[in-house]
Amino acid sequence: MMGGKTIATTRRLMSNRLFLYGCLTATSIAMLVLGVLMISIALEGWSSVSWRFLDSFASRKAAQAGIKAPLVGSLWVCAICALVALPMGIGTAIYLEEFAKRSRLKHLIQLNISNLSGVPSIVYGILALAAFVRFFGVSTGDAPWSIGDPESLFFVQFPFGPSVLAGGLTLALVVLPIMIIASQEAFRAVPQSLRQGALALGSTPWQVIWRVSFPAALPTIMTGAILAMSRAIGEAAPLLVIGGFLLVFQTPTNLMSDFTVLPLQIFNWAGRPQADFHKLAAAAIIVQLVVLLFFNSIAIIIRQKLQRPLQS
Amino acid sequence: MIAVAARTAAEIAQRGRPCSLRVRTLIEGSIKYLLWSLTFLSVATTAVIIAVLASETYGFFTTTDHPEISLWTFFCGTEWSPLLGAEPMFGVLPLVAGTLLVTTIAGVVALPIGLMTAIYLSEYATARRRTLLKAVLEILAGVPTVVYGFFALTFITPYLLQPFSSAFGTYNAMSAGIAVGIMILPIVCSLSEDALRAVPQSLRDGAYALGSTKFDVSAKVVVPAALSGIVAAFLLALTRAIGETMIVALAAGGLAQLTANPTAQVQTMTAYMVQIFLGDAPAAGIEYKSSYAVAFTLFLITFFLTWIGAIVLRRYREEYE
Repeated sequence: MMGGKTIATTRRLMSNRLFLYGCLTATSIAMLVLGVLMISIALEGWSSVSWRFLDSFASRKAAQAGIKAPLVGSLWVCAICALVALPMGIGTAIYLEEFAKRSRLKHLIQLNISNLSGVPSIVYGILALAAFVRFFGVSTGDAPWSIGDPESLFFVQFPFGPSVLAGGLTLALVVLPIMIIASQEAFRAVPQSLRQGALALGSTPWQVIWRVSFPAALPTIMTGAILAMSRAIGEAAPLLVIGGFLLVFQTPTNLMSDFTVLPLQIFNWAGRPQADFHKLAAAAIIVQLVVLLFFNSIAIIIRQKLQRPLQS
Repeated sequence: MIAVAARTAAEIAQRGRPCSLRVRTLIEGSIKYLLWSLTFLSVATTAVIIAVLASETYGFFTTTDHPEISLWTFFCGTEWSPLLGAEPMFGVLPLVAGTLLVTTIAGVVALPIGLMTAIYLSEYATARRRTLLKAVLEILAGVPTVVYGFFALTFITPYLLQPFSSAFGTYNAMSAGIAVGIMILPIVCSLSEDALRAVPQSLRDGAYALGSTKFDVSAKVVVPAALSGIVAAFLLALTRAIGETMIVALAAGGLAQLTANPTAQVQTMTAYMVQIFLGDAPAAGIEYKSSYAVAFTLFLITFFLTWIGAIVLRRYREEYE
């Protein structure tokens, strides 16, 4: 025993070492995958990224095709999605965290929200097709009922049809559960003492929320919101179901315009057999990833600059 | 009384005059009900999803165009060929098998790697490395799934699989499964890591005091203590894998067949829906309606799995405080 090690100890130290190597291998695989993914796409697509590529519409000839319509379409859809999903998600989170009492009903709602976050996005597409694109078949056959001049910015028709508004609402459905859960966590992280302090100074419950909890939770909520939006901007399946167009030759002019988005365009090009179109797909992916990286870096900056500890 | 007086004082300070109790109650109450109705909307979403899927699925099963469709032939039929041949067959098993095959491959790829990475992050990594790795995982999590589909089609199949065996065609279940695995890796990893980090330090300290190695502590104390969270993470990740659409639509092929062969092309439930909604079928036909039946099946499977995950988390959680 003295100085040496028993066989059992040697074995334990060996498994200890092997386990560490296993963990390191697993971790490096994750890093490696990201590296290979980025490099292979950059090699394939870099030569096709140009100003002309960003500024031209789709074409049947690979050399003339560009991503103006999907790029602008993605921004429209994402903006609509944010305008709908952010207030709704934050509002729901406020109700659940600040108003709702612990009850069976609250528990069920909570369970329902986490279930919704697990529903495949393509199923949301089917819901949106029935609800937004067709209004549950209310006006089949007839021309849609509309308000305003089709050329104007404020043109609206019912049902919405496969329009940019329907697309934004669809994505809002997809990211709403994510948004709710992220905001709830943000509100839960606000120390109770801040609320109690405000209440003791005579604030009404809403004043506590609006002037104390919400500002304190805001940085975390914004981080969650940006992650939700980066999910939305990468989503293709539900938009494919509601009939996002694959070839669009104009940018949206109002909420009822036809649209396509970057992931749909990537899908379209990637699904073609010709290598030229694969190059275009890779180039579109580079643009998409740059947009996403921009989103993520904003989230990181917010997290580092604004998030200050609320409890000493 | 003091509380009311203080509240009134706060209102005077804020807007120069006290608010009447009635106005205040009205505002507070209406805000509360507004927020309540937003919350209700999330429940309504579920209800509408179920209603739409159920009614369209009912239409599929009661159709008169194709008398052979019944619950039995749908759920137990082994042939799915709605668009081919004179006699379309609607047995969902090949689609379910395709989904299962891709999900299994994804699970084999992602669950061990994800858990090991999570253990490394939570038990071994220094703060600097952890921040770096978390950033990498966050980027991986943010990559759109269509990008992974493209990666599977243009990299995994030609450069990883085809040199290995010539049995792999352009479209195969293996490449789609690997890509789905990469997609769910960050989910497995970050959720398991949360579970591991929630285990109190005192448990680790206790195990070290008894002479454990780091391996003993990680594998025999921390992982079992966090097991409910890890299982829930696995279930959530597998749910995402089952519902994944763009990767399989691009890389797995379009031929529904009942097979466990990873080199073959398979069609998953989601890929079939893409095929139909992309416009391969007339909008009123039986093929179109069949996609709703498939969607309903998919919805039930994922809803059930998420529900199990929630139960596992709640019931088997080990509480140490």
